[in-house]
Amino acid sequence: MSPRRKHPEEFTSYYGRPILKKPTWSAVDIAGYIFAGGLAGASSMLAAGAQHSGRPSLERRSKVLALTAISASAVALVHDLGRPERFLNMLRMAKPTSPMSMGSWILSIYGPLAGASAASNVLGILPRAGRACGVGAAVAGAAVATYTGVLLADTAVPTWHDAHEVLPFVFAGSAAASAGGIGAALAPLAEAAPARRMAVGGAVVETLMSFKMERSGQLSTETLHQGRAGTLLRLSKAFTVGGAVALALGGRQSRLLSTMGGLSVAAGSALLRFGVFEAGVASTLDPKYVVVPQRQRVDAAAQKTDSVGV
Amino acid sequence: MSVTQLGMPSIGVPRKGFFTDTSLCIGCKACEVACKEWNSVPADTALELSGESFDNTSALGANSWRHVAFIEQKVPAADPSANDGVKWLMSSDVCKHCTHAACLDVCPTGALFRTEHGTVVVQQDICNGCGYCVSACPYGVIDQRPEDGRVFKCTMCYDRLGAGEEPACAKACPTKSIQYGELDELRERADARVAELHERGEEGARLYGHNPEDGVGGDGAFFLLLDEPETYGLPPDPVVTTKDLPVMWKRAAGAAAGLLLGAVAVFWGAKN
Repeated sequence: MSPRRKHPEEFTSYYGRPILKKPTWSAVDIAGYIFAGGLAGASSMLAAGAQHSGRPSLERRSKVLALTAISASAVALVHDLGRPERFLNMLRMAKPTSPMSMGSWILSIYGPLAGASAASNVLGILPRAGRACGVGAAVAGAAVATYTGVLLADTAVPTWHDAHEVLPFVFAGSAAASAGGIGAALAPLAEAAPARRMAVGGAVVETLMSFKMERSGQLSTETLHQGRAGTLLRLSKAFTVGGAVALALGGRQSRLLSTMGGLSVAAGSALLRFGVFEAGVASTLDPKYVVVPQRQRVDAAAQKTDSVGV
Repeated sequence: MSVTQLGMPSIGVPRKGFFTDTSLCIGCKACEVACKEWNSVPADTALELSGESFDNTSALGANSWRHVAFIEQKVPAADPSANDGVKWLMSSDVCKHCTHAACLDVCPTGALFRTEHGTVVVQQDICNGCGYCVSACPYGVIDQRPEDGRVFKCTMCYDRLGAGEEPACAKACPTKSIQYGELDELRERADARVAELHERGEEGARLYGHNPEDGVGGDGAFFLLLDEPETYGLPPDPVVTTKDLPVMWKRAAGAAAGLLLGAVAVFWGAKN
């Protein structure tokens, strides 16, 4: 039995059944993957800045965090494949038409760079090469943190596709917020200033871009306000804004505020990814989000043709 | 053909397709059965009755490559004292084998490919079950078998086509509702059929997926419908998601550049 619409009303459908297939992805794997990838990518930027501005503690912690996060995200990604033993099939080709193909190549470039710079730093070997890899990881990390917006948007899922212009910016802000937040929580206060700034700046961008996404006026944005996704996104804003305020006001002086504020911003960032994921899933379950906008498009085109007198 | 869309390469032979004329469909489901038989498509695990109509298949999916929709419509009687009449719509749905196939564009392994007949097929030994095509398809056709992990859909009987045979569903269709052939010829045939139905007063007859200018560049499997597409569970105006991919990549590049600039900015002037 397929799910049914509760209120058959303002449009025609086939017994209220969904038109689109529900994403096969699990929220923990894919939303988790997007969060961890963003955290890793932005942590590498923090690490590169730290290595060039003489902040050894922040540098080491960010490098280890980046490697840990990207490893977790790779595990989540492979775990979500229907045939995980075949994950290497993605490296048979490089397809610009497929964000997932591009993403697997971005990850295969970023992962070793993040790994090498962390290993060099922790083991104290090949310091110059390690620092060079650190800069490389920062640049590749920017791609890791933003391509995921394209990954979700390049689908027929109404909420994700309708947000395709803004989603990379939402995820970029969110990545900076999470890396800065966890950086501020881990690094000694004396070295944590850039992490705090990154967290607060990221939180501002994430919040503004989320508002932009939620208020685009498209029908599919309903799913960002309703149900489980709505709850997750409201929680996300509370954590993000609360944490950013705490960091901005007391992060410099107080160890406790720096830790709690940083973790709160990172939690907000994670909740955002889960909220966006759930909103997309919800938009595939109700045929309304497919039929109504497309019907409006067809009718508008027909009217235009009529008025021309064809 | 562009950097972000694979489109329809020149295949050197006429493109093959389906024309499903739903005005001839009698809802016998021979196409569903023939497809399952020929392609060894497993039965769904439980026999479930929808309780709504004669349609217990419900939708296309990994284990249903043809799906016959049944729609009962009331026809109000002209005379208030008479009983209302009923109108039956039946339609055999199938993968559209799009010109701009989103599933094919986004497949990261190359498991989905364009055949020498112009159709779209999954190479089952390459698919790694990433599920990207499932969310990319604007028609909700391709799906994953959870117990297997890979995705499955209509192949337009790739094996039969290679041997010069027609697909099993078309072969089994007793009313010629499902017609297989060269796409150009089918489109001409369909135009003639719509004109004929309009002449007979069947106002609602229209083609769906026949137009090479539509959002997916025209379907390799197109339909003659007697009502709006959404009545049959079809999207009224699907657009391939990769049409917007160049914009998406640009936005992502902008966001990545902004992120790097921001990272430089947070260290600016912060001397230890």
